Amino acid sequence: MSTPIETDVAIVGAGPIGLFAVFELGLLDLKCHLVDILDRPGGQCTELYPEKPIYDIPGLPIVTGQELTDRLMEQIKPFNAQFHFSEMASALTKLPDGRWKLSTDAGTEIIAPVLVIAAGGGSFVPKRPPIPGIEAYEGKSVFYAVRKMENFRGKNVLIAGGGDSALDWTINLAPVANSLTLVHHRDGFRANQHSVNQMRELEAAGKIKFHVASVKALHGDNGQLEAATLAGADKKEWRHDCDTFLPFFGLTMKLGPIAEFGLNLHENLIPVDTARFESETPGIFAIGDINSYTGKLKLILSGFHEAALMAQAAFHIARPNDKLRFQYTTSSSNLQKKLGVA
Amino acid sequence: MKIYAKDRDGKEHVLEGRDGWTVMEILRDAGLPITAECGGACACATCHVYVDGGWYEKLSAPSDAETDMLDMALAVEPNSRLSCQITCAPELDGLKLTLAPE
Ligand SMILES: Cc1cc2nc3c(=O)[nH]c(=O)nc-3n(C[C@H](O)[C@H](O)[C@H](O)COP(=O)(O)OP(=O)(O)OC[C@H]3O[C@@H](n4cnc5c(N)ncnc54)[C@H](O)[C@@H]3O)c2cc1C
Ligand code: FES
Repeated sequence: MSTPIETDVAIVGAGPIGLFAVFELGLLDLKCHLVDILDRPGGQCTELYPEKPIYDIPGLPIVTGQELTDRLMEQIKPFNAQFHFSEMASALTKLPDGRWKLSTDAGTEIIAPVLVIAAGGGSFVPKRPPIPGIEAYEGKSVFYAVRKMENFRGKNVLIAGGGDSALDWTINLAPVANSLTLVHHRDGFRANQHSVNQMRELEAAGKIKFHVASVKALHGDNGQLEAATLAGADKKEWRHDCDTFLPFFGLTMKLGPIAEFGLNLHENLIPVDTARFESETPGIFAIGDINSYTGKLKLILSGFHEAALMAQAAFHIARPNDKLRFQYTTSSSNLQKKLGVA
Repeated sequence: MKIYAKDRDGKEHVLEGRDGWTVMEILRDAGLPITAECGGACACATCHVYVDGGWYEKLSAPSDAETDMLDMALAVEPNSRLSCQITCAPELDGLKLTLAPE
């Protein structure tokens, strides 16, 4: 485990609101570290709707989820925030000196006087197919992501799904696996056409098998898969021998480890006051889709406002002896210097 | 119009549809456990239902975008639809559906 990082503010979630928090905190000279389980910034905007237009961002009549994220990243660049992507913020402890220690599943530890939870609808995790008993195989012979291709060398792999991940891994693992079968509920794919063509070529060459089918049951003891029951479009079932199963049905949001942070939660949301956007635990703030208060709207616009007010309150915790000065970016040469424009 | 929606425990709920609203919105507002993560943008496949009792054929066919998005749904059957892509209308009075597993 590496040495803990010490900073001003630890932020859980690099969605649009976590990103804008970096800006508001940065204007007040507060440095940030952000953790997100996704491998890139943007939260829902880039995971769920990168190409869809948003029309209600003040001053931007039309902007896609991806563009908004790119612009936020550009806007916060001067503040040099540090990102810990593909990591789950998994535990929180209070240190004797009053600061928080946020730990991730990758062993990163961030120590800061202020914790900001900008976790949106929760962490993005793979969808789990409703196959009875699948939990017992997870991590042993059922995987939702491929970290090392070598782990699949010589395996008899079954892949389910029809999106880009299913197709990409079918193509990439075909030469490594002993056998590979792809199943999908229809003979058509959401994936990009080039991948579909490559998959069809592998199938024609006899290097992989493809069935219009779905996985109904898994068999094997102690988490080691031996076979799966597949059902075709005509509902006929058959047994398919395999030792590894990779379901790829995209991601969904689950609250996740934040539930164990000891915060008061109301229907999986964190109640906050509307002057500071602080949770009922002093020093822990909640902004964006994850918080709740009377009149809350789950809008990006509202989250931006929450970030600005949160930053003011956070400043007093992180810099108890300093005085906060209210300034406009338009006219303050001090702020402009921080933004690198003066 | 009435919607007959069976939950995952097999219990049937009779809901009042509102013309112009999506079936997903009616299910969600009635408090049925449907995630509908993307709020009806055809971007998440967590509003998945099975359309029952001969109603599947009576609905207008799913768009290409919906068919593609169904690739991300779990346990898809021939009568699968995304409920945010079905709009309530008088001719759908009596629509029958079952929530898909999550
Ligand atoms: C299809 C669609 C269309 C929308 N259209 C609009 C619109 O037009 N206008 C508008 O204002 N809003 C719109 N929204 C809503 C808007 O996207 C959300 O309000 C916004 O994304 C909330 O931002 P956030 O930063 O609070 O959370 P999110 O965007 O949800 O980001 C939270 C991030 O935190 C991460 N995370 C959570 N827990 C952990 C953990 N324990 N460890 C690591 N990472 C974690 C998640 O992986 C995620 O990346 C739309 C949403 C959808 C789905
Ligand atoms: S609510 Fe997301 S696809 Fe229907």
